[in-house]
Amino acid sequence: MTTLAPMATQVGNTTLNIVIFGLFVVVTLAIVIRVSRQNQTAADYYAGGRAFSGRQNGIAITGDYLSAASFLGIAGAIAVNGYDGFLYSIGFLVAWLVALLLVAELLRNTGRFTMADVLSFRLRQRPVRTAAAVSTLAVSAFYLLAQMAGAGGLVALLLGITDRTGQSLVIAVVGALMIVYVLIGGMKGTTWVQIIKASLLIIGAIVITVMVGVKYGFNLSGLFDDAIKNSGGSDKILQPGLQYKNPIDFISLSIALVLGTAGLPHVLMRFYTVPTSKEARRSVVWAIWLIGLFYLLTLVLGYGAAALVGPDAIKAAPGKQNSAAPLLAYHLGGEILLGVISAVAFATILAVVAGLTITASASFAHDIYAHVIKKGEIDADSEVRVARRTAVVIGIVAIIGGIFANGQNIAFLVALAFAVAASANLPTILYSLFWKNFTTRGALWSMYGGLIASLTLIIFSPVVSGKPVDKATGVSASMIQGVDFHWFPLDNPGLISVPLAFFLGWLGSVTSKNEVNDAKFAEMEVRSLTGAGAEKAALKH
Amino acid sequence: MAQDIDEARTQRYIEVQQSAEFGELRAKFRRFVFPMTALFLAWYFLYVVLATYAPSFMATKVLGNITIGLILGLLQFASTFAITMIYARWADRELDPAAAKLAEHMEGGSLS
Repeated sequence: MTTLAPMATQVGNTTLNIVIFGLFVVVTLAIVIRVSRQNQTAADYYAGGRAFSGRQNGIAITGDYLSAASFLGIAGAIAVNGYDGFLYSIGFLVAWLVALLLVAELLRNTGRFTMADVLSFRLRQRPVRTAAAVSTLAVSAFYLLAQMAGAGGLVALLLGITDRTGQSLVIAVVGALMIVYVLIGGMKGTTWVQIIKASLLIIGAIVITVMVGVKYGFNLSGLFDDAIKNSGGSDKILQPGLQYKNPIDFISLSIALVLGTAGLPHVLMRFYTVPTSKEARRSVVWAIWLIGLFYLLTLVLGYGAAALVGPDAIKAAPGKQNSAAPLLAYHLGGEILLGVISAVAFATILAVVAGLTITASASFAHDIYAHVIKKGEIDADSEVRVARRTAVVIGIVAIIGGIFANGQNIAFLVALAFAVAASANLPTILYSLFWKNFTTRGALWSMYGGLIASLTLIIFSPVVSGKPVDKATGVSASMIQGVDFHWFPLDNPGLISVPLAFFLGWLGSVTSKNEVNDAKFAEMEVRSLTGAGAEKAALKH
Repeated sequence: MAQDIDEARTQRYIEVQQSAEFGELRAKFRRFVFPMTALFLAWYFLYVVLATYAPSFMATKVLGNITIGLILGLLQFASTFAITMIYARWADRELDPAAAKLAEHMEGGSLS
């Protein structure tokens, strides 16, 4: 199996990879232009006219959620660290039950376009909207950076571009394409890109899984045998503990994962693209089945890569861990299958970045510009104009940020986004949906407290500084080399910042004087549970 | 004029909120989702704690290379799928008709 190692440095046929990706861009762009001819109103731009079915939206959510980090990252984590990669994927799936049971339907019925619509429904508009927008922008920025940073590594791996200038150019092209999708397609176009991408991704994963399965007579235990052989003969890859050495650290990460998903603004915004809360429920049901199926396939992909490519060859490849799935595709299906998987990986980045850009631009235009600066005295057309301009600015910032973040640890940036979402967003979402006596002060303390706590703890954690220097490579696993200012012992802040945000939300509410607005509270409660007065779908064109 | 309509609507929202039917719907919803949330969170964190504090138990081989850890992990998938189906069916059957009736009542009386 070690004979594969030299090939790993120049996998497949670069021209073919580019051609297949180009084909994806042409086809999706044509579809985006077609579906977006009637893209006029704010509801069209932000919420795709609320005309998607639950199934369509469920597939699109899957596309949004299975970002490059989880598609390439988890397969690679399983290939190299075995069981711990699998353990990690389970948190991402179970998290959807929070969205299904507590958030999706009520949010769909209550809000219009953004998370802030729900949070500010019965509290003081301007401060709460501002806080919600700040945290939306923060979470989206970290997530965006993670995707763009991942693009650099992917380019190195799949197009054979190893110098930074070349990689930066490709990042700029990906960013520019994304801006085009968002400007032309709005939410409607972006949703279709997600649907196509998710379908390709799942089909690709099924194909590879079946090929691995055929090789091993669909015997999982036999596959594990080879994976063990290729991992130095140790069956440690079947046990927990290779990647997560510190139990408290993993528990902290689990809290952030399981509570973060239902607080990710770009996921929440997708619930507004369906006409009713029943369809929002269907969306989550579809998303859970598809995401769950995908993670099950990833288990085979990961161990398959360990068995057929080998952890050493994977670690030696340009994209390191992230190259596990592409290398496996190359081993099984040659250049063509690798080309397809590469195109899907690029499409993943493109689609996820587009979704994030819409969310961030909506939050700025709808929450900050229209409601805080203009105090709601603005027509929908100008609001959408502002949103489009914001999308361009965010796109440019994402390109520049992506060029600078190129090579940064993607998993760290994604974990950061989840930790901030779980701390700053979820407690306030739950309080405002379920607790009558929640107040503006409670919301502000919880959101700003959760945001500041999670950011501070991350800055002073070992991820940023102070991890021991690896003797083999001579570098520390921390972000900043050569200094050590960490005092927080855990990699992920969730264990502290999430309970703290819940506590602050309670404390802020019980210490402020009662501000329950009975009329608004009645409207919110009745609306959230029955759908009476909820935003309707646009007429189908 | 517009203000009158708004006020009438607000009145209706309060009326519906305080009705016995709505109280029942809310209670029914919470009686389902709160315990279910507690259940899946407890089950998930039990799994996480086992994986982090009892790795050798998780590494116990049951059949060939199939370990207890793998089985428990796959059971997390199974329970997530099961809860999803149970909730969706329950909500379609129990929640939607009651919610639709109240929404109709709400809209039917609106002046707009």
